[in-house]
Amino acid sequence: MSRVIYDGQAIERGDLSVLDCLTEHGINIPSSCHSGLCQTCLSRAASGSIPARAQTGLKETQIAQNYFLACVCYPEHDIEVAMEDGVNKLPALVSGVKHLSADILGVHLKPQHPFNYRAGQFINFFKDENTVRSYSLASVPELDDELFLHVRKVPGGQVSPWMFEHLKPGDQVQITEPAGECFYVPGKPAQNILLVGTGSGLAPLYGIIRDALQQGHTGKIVLYHGSTSFGGLYLVDELRTLAQKHENFSYVPCISESAVPEGYASGMVLDVVLARQADLSGWRVFLCGHPEMVKSGRQEAFLAGASMSEIFADPF
Amino acid sequence: MSVYDEIGGEAAMNAAVDVFYRKVLKDDRIKHFFDGVDMARQAAKQKAFLTMALGGPNNYTGEDMRKGHAHLVARGLNDSHFDAVMENLGATLKELNVPGHLIAQAAAIAESTRKDVLGK
Repeated sequence: MSRVIYDGQAIERGDLSVLDCLTEHGINIPSSCHSGLCQTCLSRAASGSIPARAQTGLKETQIAQNYFLACVCYPEHDIEVAMEDGVNKLPALVSGVKHLSADILGVHLKPQHPFNYRAGQFINFFKDENTVRSYSLASVPELDDELFLHVRKVPGGQVSPWMFEHLKPGDQVQITEPAGECFYVPGKPAQNILLVGTGSGLAPLYGIIRDALQQGHTGKIVLYHGSTSFGGLYLVDELRTLAQKHENFSYVPCISESAVPEGYASGMVLDVVLARQADLSGWRVFLCGHPEMVKSGRQEAFLAGASMSEIFADPF
Repeated sequence: MSVYDEIGGEAAMNAAVDVFYRKVLKDDRIKHFFDGVDMARQAAKQKAFLTMALGGPNNYTGEDMRKGHAHLVARGLNDSHFDAVMENLGATLKELNVPGHLIAQAAAIAESTRKDVLGK
């Protein structure tokens, strides 16, 4: 007989689903359709193997992180359900701090313990016990031996102005395990990929692009990065160099409010994208940055033909 | 054999939900009901609805339908909107080359939820 392990408690499953087994023991997991469709009972396994049926219909990024649908999960062996609200703080050393533009600070961190992540996921950074902010990872595990964050200076913010002023190499800080579903999954090397970002939303996209290229992606990879002004764009030279090196990668920096020099597109980033990429059928789409851009971008990409399961987004 | 199995089961649903949800979001009569919803979660719900309409595996009860739409009824959801969804369902299945008699079967199942969805 197999068991369900939850919060240190091992429960005999009998012939119940993982959901019903937990519910019967007073552990309330939100659920609705009980048919493996609506995804309300989406859970994550900390250990144990998951039957394929319990991952039907999930995104590849969710499958890669051991998510499953508890209502249709009947595992043959013991399975441990991850507790998502317990925060595990990990120590990291600040190994470098560098201005990428007037408003963006590049922060390099060396985690003090083994740290497994995928380029494009995010971590939470603790300024102190109660003040936490999420930052996406621009580094690629196979290429970089440190974590890279892009921190945008939020005027009046509680964390970013403090980082701009005080953070220096040698500082000990605390971060969390990586999370998020914005990352590259191999397996469809010829698929076209569209990436749209504003401000420091470039961080995860920069990681995803370099990850896809180092994994040998052959389809088109098209990046649109938008800002209100010329000064808000950064890594422009690095991205142009990358585009020269890789024929399948192209980069379009967009400026919406001020003078637009040669080599830059004029307009809100999403408008530029929609004018140039009218048909997104079959494309994989990543959207990161301003929450309003991400929200309308998700809808516009879907209406332009991208499949819902191929659109990945982070609203920061 | 249900329509669901006949048109290819779960795999066919993934394609169908994209076509169906895209039609719904482009439909001026009903698209405002979807303002501000989490699209990914909503797509999963649409898939559950399509699966049910096609006679696939589901455990929805009339009570679930009633509760799930009560907030929309409060915002004015009525028969004309339900009709619009029915129309989009028919057009979706037609686009996916589902034969006419099977579309009629699916429409009948969807129609049977009208009272609960509209809280009557």
